Amino acid sequence: MNEKSRVSSNPHIRAGATTQTIMLAVILALLPTTAVGIYNFGKHALFLVIVCVLSAVIAELCFCLIVKKKITVSDGSAALTGLLLGLNLPPRAPLWMGALGAVFAIVVVKMLFGGLGQNFMNPALGGRCFLMLSFTRIMTDFTTDTYSGATPLALVKAGEKTDIYKMVMGTTAGTIGETSMIAIVAGACLLLLLGVIDLRIPGTYIATLVVFLLLFSGRGADYDYIAGNLAGGGLMLGAFFMATDYVTRPITKKGQYLYGILLGILTGIFRVFGQSSEGVSYAIVLGNLCVPLIEKITWPKPFGKGGERA
Amino acid sequence: MADTAKNTESLNNTPQMPAALERLYNGLIKENPTFVLTLGMCPTLAVTTSAMNGLGMGLTTMVVLALSNAFISLLRKVIPDKVRIPAFIVIIASFVTVMELLLEGYLPSLYDALGIYIPLIVVNCIILGRAESYASKNPVIPSFFDGVGMGLGFTFALTCIGLVRELLGSGKIFGATVMPESFEPISIFIMAPGAFFVLAALTAVQNVIKERGEKQGRDMSKIGSGCPGGCNSCNIEGCLSRGAVAEETGKTEVKKATVKPAETKQSKATENEEKGEENA
Repeated sequence: MNEKSRVSSNPHIRAGATTQTIMLAVILALLPTTAVGIYNFGKHALFLVIVCVLSAVIAELCFCLIVKKKITVSDGSAALTGLLLGLNLPPRAPLWMGALGAVFAIVVVKMLFGGLGQNFMNPALGGRCFLMLSFTRIMTDFTTDTYSGATPLALVKAGEKTDIYKMVMGTTAGTIGETSMIAIVAGACLLLLLGVIDLRIPGTYIATLVVFLLLFSGRGADYDYIAGNLAGGGLMLGAFFMATDYVTRPITKKGQYLYGILLGILTGIFRVFGQSSEGVSYAIVLGNLCVPLIEKITWPKPFGKGGERA
Repeated sequence: MADTAKNTESLNNTPQMPAALERLYNGLIKENPTFVLTLGMCPTLAVTTSAMNGLGMGLTTMVVLALSNAFISLLRKVIPDKVRIPAFIVIIASFVTVMELLLEGYLPSLYDALGIYIPLIVVNCIILGRAESYASKNPVIPSFFDGVGMGLGFTFALTCIGLVRELLGSGKIFGATVMPESFEPISIFIMAPGAFFVLAALTAVQNVIKERGEKQGRDMSKIGSGCPGGCNSCNIEGCLSRGAVAEETGKTEVKKATVKPAETKQSKATENEEKGEENA
């Protein structure tokens, strides 16, 4: 056969994007909020994030070596998982906790199910929920040298006044990466411009949450309450960076809208009726579990198969 | 006895063990009800929050298992085939009631810790499974030891799971603190998800040991390995789901499997019956 002609099946036109470039783009987009978090919370936050990233990467490397599988560290997904987990930890969390969470996220949530693309749950959030259930006290202690007292979202829930400007800028108590709405949205805009994510899931997610709060929070159209709920807690980080995770979101367009609505409702339920003021991570984890069902009911019919079900 | 031993040895090419010992070994390692047959998951996952609870649950189950196996075996020729399951359950329930009252009287703390899971031993599928697949076809003494073996296997597994969960979840072993003060208990391990993690990890360890052994050319057929290859290629005689499959595929097979084990050539059940009868 002629060397020059390459025989292959479709698709013949490919985009330049690889797993690596997409992961790098997301990591890049997370840098603003990471920087703000480190600036706000100091050196320990930096160490915590670094420990999370390193232990995630090392855990994946070790797992691949032990089970003698192809080493997949270079695709950047482990580093991203570590970074996301780090941003989801309270700034004073001990370093070993970050490492434990990262190892759990990579080994149990991701690698045991077959590695990138096979995990049924967002590894970073799986790791966070693991830590949340294991070390509730530490994971909900947001007191630092600079900030003390309740998180803005807890204040909002308690019906107290919060400073929306501070919440947008990020100078409030919270996890390392969730406080600065403006930095998160800046990163999200970068991803939107690069075409890595689209607005389907975050848009429906946030819109549904707003509608849910208007209808069921019992406070009606209270501007402060709604704005506090949007800017406070992990909503922005979750909606733009974790709900849009390629592996654990539905792949059909209709399914993505449905997924966004589901996340909005779940978050609303957890935030309004739940005991804790936060509910984004559990909402996304539960949403992840529903993804196969969502895909099943929104799977497009092939042309000609309409009408009677085949 | 010597004759039978020689006979089976030539068939199986494995060293011969007395029936009782063989049953013990079978229950503890080869067909460990938890790690190999994965039966009785409900108590396994629910009560193993500490090693003591696991041990207590395992031993309670073992006593019930051994006694009910022996009784069912005694009555195996009297119980009509059609109502055997209700009959087994009545026998098992009697022993469970006895155990429950004994525990309440003499070990009230364990009784409180195990709670609803003691009466639930009645419907523990290990007990019903052994009654159906072993005790109802075999003589009393091997049946009794089958119960003891399975019970020991169950106890062993539950205690292992309990040990790991207690150590990680509260830093203790059998109630005594062993971890240093700075150790922060990973409390997820004494919650339900932890039970699944630990069970899966220990089952994996068991499978790894078996695989390694096979690779080194040792005969590992004595150690089970979950259910590889599905029910049709399965050789585990004690497996309940296999009976269900047989029932679906055809009545003739059921006859063979349940009524006349002697017809299934070279099967373990046959050997045991022969040996057992001689012993008796």
